[in-house]
Amino acid sequence: MPFKGYVEISVEGCKGCGLCVIHCPTECLALNMSDTNSYSLHYAYLKEPDKCIACQNCSIICPDAAITVYKKIA
Amino acid sequence: MGEIRLMKGNEALGEAAIRAGLQGYFGYPITPQSEVIEYLAKEEPKYDYVLIQAESEVAAVNMMYGAGGAGGRIMTTTSSPGFSLMQEGVSYLVCTEIPCLFANIVRGGPGLGTIQASQGDYFQATKGGGHGDYNMIVLAPNSVQEMADHTFLGFELADKYRSPVLLLSDGSIGQMMEKVELPDPKPYKPNKPWATVGKPKNRERNILTSLYILSDDMEKKNIHLQAKFEKMEKNEVRFEEYRTEDAEIIITAFGLTSRISKKAVDVGRESGIKLGLFRPITLWPFPKKRIEELASKKEVKFFISVEMNAGQMKEDVMLNVYGKKPVYFFGRFGGIIPTPEEILSAIKSHL
Amino acid sequence: MKEGYELIYKRPKTLLDKRMHYCPGCFHSTMHKLLMEVVEELDIQDRTVGICPVGCSVFAYDYMDVDMQEAAHGRAAAVATGIKRMLPDRIVFSYQGDGDLAAIGTAETLHACNRGENFTFIFINNGIYGMTGGQMAPTTLENQKTSTSPYGRNSATAGMPMKMAEIVATFEKVYYVERVSCNTPANTRKARKAIKKSFEYQMQSRGTSFIEVASNCPSGWKCTPIESLDWIKDQVLPYYPLGVLKDLGKEEVK
Repeated sequence: MPFKGYVEISVEGCKGCGLCVIHCPTECLALNMSDTNSYSLHYAYLKEPDKCIACQNCSIICPDAAITVYKKIA
Repeated sequence: MGEIRLMKGNEALGEAAIRAGLQGYFGYPITPQSEVIEYLAKEEPKYDYVLIQAESEVAAVNMMYGAGGAGGRIMTTTSSPGFSLMQEGVSYLVCTEIPCLFANIVRGGPGLGTIQASQGDYFQATKGGGHGDYNMIVLAPNSVQEMADHTFLGFELADKYRSPVLLLSDGSIGQMMEKVELPDPKPYKPNKPWATVGKPKNRERNILTSLYILSDDMEKKNIHLQAKFEKMEKNEVRFEEYRTEDAEIIITAFGLTSRISKKAVDVGRESGIKLGLFRPITLWPFPKKRIEELASKKEVKFFISVEMNAGQMKEDVMLNVYGKKPVYFFGRFGGIIPTPEEILSAIKSHL
Repeated sequence: MKEGYELIYKRPKTLLDKRMHYCPGCFHSTMHKLLMEVVEELDIQDRTVGICPVGCSVFAYDYMDVDMQEAAHGRAAAVATGIKRMLPDRIVFSYQGDGDLAAIGTAETLHACNRGENFTFIFINNGIYGMTGGQMAPTTLENQKTSTSPYGRNSATAGMPMKMAEIVATFEKVYYVERVSCNTPANTRKARKAIKKSFEYQMQSRGTSFIEVASNCPSGWKCTPIESLDWIKDQVLPYYPLGVLKDLGKEEVK
């Protein structure tokens, strides 16, 4: 049974490269195509929080260290 | 009284560096200065300095940059073509304000040139052979004794101003043996809070860079450097005079030619020509004011600059004589050392 | 922080809280992050000194909260040598691109390796001169188009792309060589491990560690960050295979 997880993505720290999105095994991340940060970039966000398994794939691949990862306390 | 030895100029330089607390030497063999690295290699087991025979002068100067940035008392020595290769590094060292000592044991050029003594690198040393607006203190020893003394002084000035210092010597002084009284060893206690040694929790990180991408910042850096150069010009001018009190003709000469010219002064005086010698010890900062004073003396008829090059220092003499008196030139170059007789006959041709 | 959850990953404190100037998806950023994660994990901030090169990572010292020196183009290995020899107990890394390490600085690189200088090379190989606008590098792939090889790199005149990791692995005193990438989470984890291992080897005075990063340059390659990962997988890694090329530490354990 995978962990239940939760991520915070810094809106201003994200450059919208999308590397986290394509490497999320549960496809819970997405780029927010309806909003941009102050750099006019579509930032990534946790679109489907229920699916996050705290695998840290997104945080390790994120070039800009914009992702913080939490795990549900068992 | 210090220890007295009979040594080559290059060896005296090496020994003095050790006594001044040398912590790192990075060099590449080139005639006529290879005795420095050979001497330091021989003495290495007795001390704890770092010695690296680098793969090139380019690498050597950049090892200096790293080791000096890490706070070491460091030095390199080379000869003309090698010093040309180091010029980029000199520019970086000046801008990042890393103290270090260079010695250029000059040989005849241009190009691969000759291995004989020359003073052909005066412009490169004093006008900046690297890129950008910079100066460095240039000491011009004229004896084996001064090779040792100026090494000590050079290290001290480098630390005082956080800047590279250059010893501009030549192949003859490097190679010849003379009696030298060695300075007593002095323990070196560096105080370099700017050095990149690892950042403790309680200070900001230290960064040594010469990159100022915004032109405003680059200008500010330049203003800071210029202020430092101004201080050097104010405090560090050194020169020597010989029989100038009543001289009618002033020979200007530095390094080896100043010794030969001294002889010419004595011989000339014996035959009734009132000669005097003015010898800049610091080629930069140049003793501008004193030359100006000498040029204003009524009895002084003309100057003659005696050099082992095509008249490079003559330009600085002229700039400060400022048209008040004629400035002539006599020189041999390509590795040839002028004789006192040649100098005298050159002087007589202007009488 | 959400109630009932515990923190398992956050940005390392040793990476300054600044937006890096690198393009979106650039592995320079990833490598800066990994380096600073390892510095934090090993608690060596107070004895780490880095050297940045000339190239895109010329401003690396703006982001990493450790003492750093900016080297002239190509000379980082000589600078690292100077620092490490003066301060043998410090952890020293030279951070260099392919133009820096494999073109203008080849002599310094090879001789530092030959002497077995006890520092870590972080070699970012993205096959292009990124900062100056995408010119051909010594590592540019055969037939790859760049602004100075507009019809593709012609190996008849420009030679073949240089495999620096393979070259330096031949030096006896080079202790550890690995080629890594940051194109997948698994590979990025390996890259992090490689950095950590090299720093530990430094602490044990083992000699030179050389970590080549099969890196990307979305802007120079004129593609999106995601497309750059495809290029790495399909074009770069077949020529520059990932993995440990040399690990004398492992051999000693055997």
